[in-house]
Amino acid sequence: MISPRYHREIPQRYRLEAGRCEDCGEIHFPPRFVCRKCGGKRFAIEVLPRRGKVLTHTTIWIPPAPFEIQKPYVVAIVELENGVRLTCMVAEAPPDEVRIGTPVELIFRRLQAQPVWEVLQYGYKARVLAG
Amino acid sequence: MRDVAVIGYGMTKFGELWQTPLRDLFAEAAVACLADAGVERGRLQSAYIGCMSSGLFNGQEHLASILCDYAGLAGLAATRVESACASGGAAFRAAYLEVASGASDFVLAGGVEKMNDGADATYCLSTAADQEYEVYHGITFPGLYAMIAHAHMHRYGTTPAQLAAVAVKNHRNGALNPYAQFPVEITPETVLKAVRVAEPLGLFDCSPVTDGAACVLLCPVDVARELGKPVIRVIGSGHATDAIALHDRPDLAAIPVVGLAARRAYAQAGITVADVDFCEVHDCFTIAEIVCTEELGLFERGRGGPAALDGLTARDGKHPVNASGGLKCKGHPVGATGVAQIAELVMQLSGRAGARQLKSPRIGLAQNMGGSGGSCTVHILEVGS
Repeated sequence: MISPRYHREIPQRYRLEAGRCEDCGEIHFPPRFVCRKCGGKRFAIEVLPRRGKVLTHTTIWIPPAPFEIQKPYVVAIVELENGVRLTCMVAEAPPDEVRIGTPVELIFRRLQAQPVWEVLQYGYKARVLAG
Repeated sequence: MRDVAVIGYGMTKFGELWQTPLRDLFAEAAVACLADAGVERGRLQSAYIGCMSSGLFNGQEHLASILCDYAGLAGLAATRVESACASGGAAFRAAYLEVASGASDFVLAGGVEKMNDGADATYCLSTAADQEYEVYHGITFPGLYAMIAHAHMHRYGTTPAQLAAVAVKNHRNGALNPYAQFPVEITPETVLKAVRVAEPLGLFDCSPVTDGAACVLLCPVDVARELGKPVIRVIGSGHATDAIALHDRPDLAAIPVVGLAARRAYAQAGITVADVDFCEVHDCFTIAEIVCTEELGLFERGRGGPAALDGLTARDGKHPVNASGGLKCKGHPVGATGVAQIAELVMQLSGRAGARQLKSPRIGLAQNMGGSGGSCTVHILEVGS
C-alpha cells in the first residue's frame, strides 16, 4: 500500500473518526461526501464508541499472503453502540469464543505482520469483553 | 425498443488452461459463436466483453482491442465491461440494449477471465470488496460469504448438510457438461469433510479458480427469423447495484441486489417467478445459491436450504437450478460466467444441452452477481416463434 493511500485513512484507522450528517444525523464510517440517507453534504466529525457486539463472523483458514502468518484468524462484522457497523479482526480470542451477539470492544493493533510498501499497517481490531 | 434474440453461442472448455493465453481464450469462444450463429464476422457491428481483472491476473488492460484483434475482429467498436463477477451479465445487458435501441443489428456479448496465470487469485478477487474497510482487515471472498452463511444459519437454522446438498447437486449436473472444469460427482461427505477455507465454508462450498471464455450473438428478432433461426428472445433484463461492503447492508442474511434486479426483469417480461422453467444462479459459494434462490422468489426466505436438501432444485425437481453444474462444478472464470450462463440458457431452450437437457423448457433465467452482492444482473429468455 503506497503511503498517501495509507495516510489519508489514518483519522478512521487510528482515531475512529466518523462523519455525522448535520441535516439528518446519520453517521457514516468512513465519512462520505454525500449522506446516503438524506443527500446532505454538511458533516461534523464524530468519534465512534468502542463497544459493540458481533453480528456475524468467520474464521479465515486460507488468507491472502499478507495475513498468512496470523491464520487461522477471526473476522467479524461488529455493530457499535451507536449502530455503526464495521468489519474487523477479533484479536486474542480462540475462534469458538466468538458467536453472534458476543460483546466486544475495539482496540488499536498492528494488522499485518510485514510492512507493505515500507508502511507498517495499523488499525482497529475487536476484543471479546468478559462476561 | 426492438425485440432482441440470441442466435448463437460459443464457449471454451473451462479449467486450468495453462497453455492458453487470455487472448486465445476469447478468440476461441468468439469464433465458435459466429460459426454457431452462421453469421459472417463482417456483419458484426460491436462487442461488449466482460472481464473483471485482467490487469491484476495478467497485467493486461486495453482489453477489448487486443481481444478483438486476436479474434479476427479488428476494427470492431468494442468495449470491456467491468462489474466484478457480474461483468459478463453487464456486458450482455449492454449488448442487448444496443440491439434493442436500434443502433446496431449484430452485437457480440462476450466474457473472459484467465485466473491461472501466476497471480494470487485470492488477492485479485478480494479487490471486488471494499479495499480499505474490508480487505484491509483480512477478509476474503470465502470469508464474506461465510459471514452471510453464519447470519443465515443463525436466523433460519440453515445447516451444513443443506449447503453440501447444493454442491452435490451441482456436481451431479456438471458431470454431464462437456464444458465443465470438474465433471465428476461428489458425496455430501466430501463436502462436509473438506479442508476448511472460511468457517463454515470448506473447499467444496467454493467455486474454483478457472480460465475460460464465453460469447453469445444478439440480433433483432425480425433478423433472426429472416436467418431461419429458432427465436430465443430476451424478454427481461434487470440490473441493480448496492453497497459493496457487506457491513453497509442492513440484512446480512440476504442479498437484496438480487431481488431488486429480479423484480426489474420480471416486470419487463410481464411474468412472475412461477412462469420460469429453470434458472442459472450465481453459486460462487453454496450459501450464495441458497440465498439467491430466495431472492429470486423461488422459495420463501429461510427455505432455500431445505429446498436444496429436498431436491427441489435438482434437474427433475420443481425448480431446476444450475443444470449446467453452476459455478461450483462448471467453473467460475469471473468475467465469463454471466455470458456462460446465457449460453446455457440458449443450449437448454434450443434442445442442445445433451445429457443434461431439461424437458422442453420454455423460459429460462440467468442471475449473475458481483462481489458479496454489490451488483447483479438478471436476464430472462423465452423460446418461441
